[in-house]
Amino acid sequence: MPADLAIAASDLVKTYPGDVRAVRGVSLAVPAGTVFGLLGPNGAGKSTTVKILTTLTKATSGTAVVAGHDVDRQPDAVRRSIGCVFQKHAVDPEATGRENLLLQGHLYGLRGGPLRARAAELLGRFGLADAAGRLVRTWSGGMQRKLDVAMGLVHRPSVLFLDEPTTGLDPEARADLWAEIGGLARDEGLTVLLTTHYLEEADRLADQLVIVDRGRVVAAGTAEQLKSELRGDALVVELGAAPAVPPDLPGAREVTLDGRTLRARVDDGARAVPAVLAGLEAAGLVPASVTVARPSLDDVYLRHTGRAFAADATPELEGAAR
Amino acid sequence: MSALVQSGVTAGTPTRPADERALRGVVSDPVHLAGRGVRALLRQPWFVAITLVQPVVWLLLFGALFENVVPAPNGDYIAYLTPGIVVMSALFSSGWAGMGFITDAERGVMDRLLVSPVRRGSVMTGSLLYQQVTTVVQTLVILALGFATGARFPGGVGIMLVFVASVILLAAAFASYSNALALLLRSQESLIGAVNFVVLPLSFLSSMLVPTGSLPGWIAAIARWNPVDWTVVIGRQTLSADVDWSVVGPRFAGLAALAVVAGALAARSFASYQRSV
Repeated sequence: MPADLAIAASDLVKTYPGDVRAVRGVSLAVPAGTVFGLLGPNGAGKSTTVKILTTLTKATSGTAVVAGHDVDRQPDAVRRSIGCVFQKHAVDPEATGRENLLLQGHLYGLRGGPLRARAAELLGRFGLADAAGRLVRTWSGGMQRKLDVAMGLVHRPSVLFLDEPTTGLDPEARADLWAEIGGLARDEGLTVLLTTHYLEEADRLADQLVIVDRGRVVAAGTAEQLKSELRGDALVVELGAAPAVPPDLPGAREVTLDGRTLRARVDDGARAVPAVLAGLEAAGLVPASVTVARPSLDDVYLRHTGRAFAADATPELEGAAR
Repeated sequence: MSALVQSGVTAGTPTRPADERALRGVVSDPVHLAGRGVRALLRQPWFVAITLVQPVVWLLLFGALFENVVPAPNGDYIAYLTPGIVVMSALFSSGWAGMGFITDAERGVMDRLLVSPVRRGSVMTGSLLYQQVTTVVQTLVILALGFATGARFPGGVGIMLVFVASVILLAAAFASYSNALALLLRSQESLIGAVNFVVLPLSFLSSMLVPTGSLPGWIAAIARWNPVDWTVVIGRQTLSADVDWSVVGPRFAGLAALAVVAGALAARSFASYQRSV
């Protein structure tokens, strides 16, 4: 593995009893010091991939090296080098914020003055210093999530795993956490692997990303690269009624139909609209609205999975992966 | 912030040399994990009160209920009952040890522990240690109450300490059993069923509440192989001025072996848990 890769995974497969194939051959190369996004819908295999990379579960086949150590053969070395923030807020609600951090630090071998200083530093950084002496069960969800992230950082890991860190947070808390995550990679040279089903989150935070669908990587690159692979603009038409088959529209490619929503790709959006409207009329369809947009990650997702992202993304746990 | 920036440069090197950490962690990790439970417990004074009052109620209730029914060997049923209630309380509270694991698994705290360098054995011994703190406090409270209501323990300090140690071993074995089931079943309802299925029969197939002599023959035969009965029998020796160590020795050894085996099996059940995560 090249020295500058923080994570190198090759052909990971995970099959659960009952032939549930959560991951079907995922390979990743994450450069050190970058934020890497693992994007995909529920059940795509994102969380399972993270569980393999963090030594929580063993891959059925394939290999992975994290922070220079093999996850299967040297799990203890991997564990000391990584910080993990899973989907659930894994904080002890019956302890104070400071107690949570101190216990976490103890378990990584930190002691005494340096541990107390590190805890105070993290509480300050995440704006939790005032609440640190209160029981965590009295904290808001956003605060608990920040404590969760702080606990993942207490031992100064070199790689941080964040599994859907902002799921279930209100928009303000989400923006807040985004700012923190962006800062971590920038200021501390930390490698961050982030799973998300928020396209906006991946677009904003990830230097590089892969789209995972049904246990496989279907696209990889920077957000810009992925977007530029799409030629032309995205055209979305809301129809008055759902037609049985996609109509034939002049000048439009990759026409897909999802209920009353018609999506297509056109070379020059503004000039293509009249022809599209004429095509709709010829097919006997009445448009309720027509929008033209530059490609977004949403379009990348649609192109690679054949499904619109919004239909897949619901803020729930990955059902098929467990 | 500058400290944070600096820390990034050295990130990746473990905070301490690995083997030194492992060595110190074997002792300190369970202590810290148990400390978490004790702190949470002390923050729920009502729960502490109920935990302490419940065996008191049992002692007085069973005492009043059976006093005129069961012939105690020396005529003092409350004294005779005291070791039985100690064992009953330890058994019942250690049976629920696994509830903590299930809550931790549901909250994601268990996964956080399992991706840390903490040994699986330390997670188990941490839970057992916490369990033992409650068991020992409960035991001492019941013995004190027995004393206050007239029970005397002429067996002396030696047999008293051996009895407390036996209770600890029994509680460790059942807490391990409960923890292992928690990791395998991962549902509170299933755990309650599985624990009751074992704890209740073992209690009633023993001389916990009645003298061995008044047990039906087949129950007495089963009780000979019942670790709950071993503990009760050791406890009854505290009531006798003339302790029969030949009765105590093999039973104590049996309890020690049981605790070791149960603990080792429980630590292995983490592997099963992780296979299913």
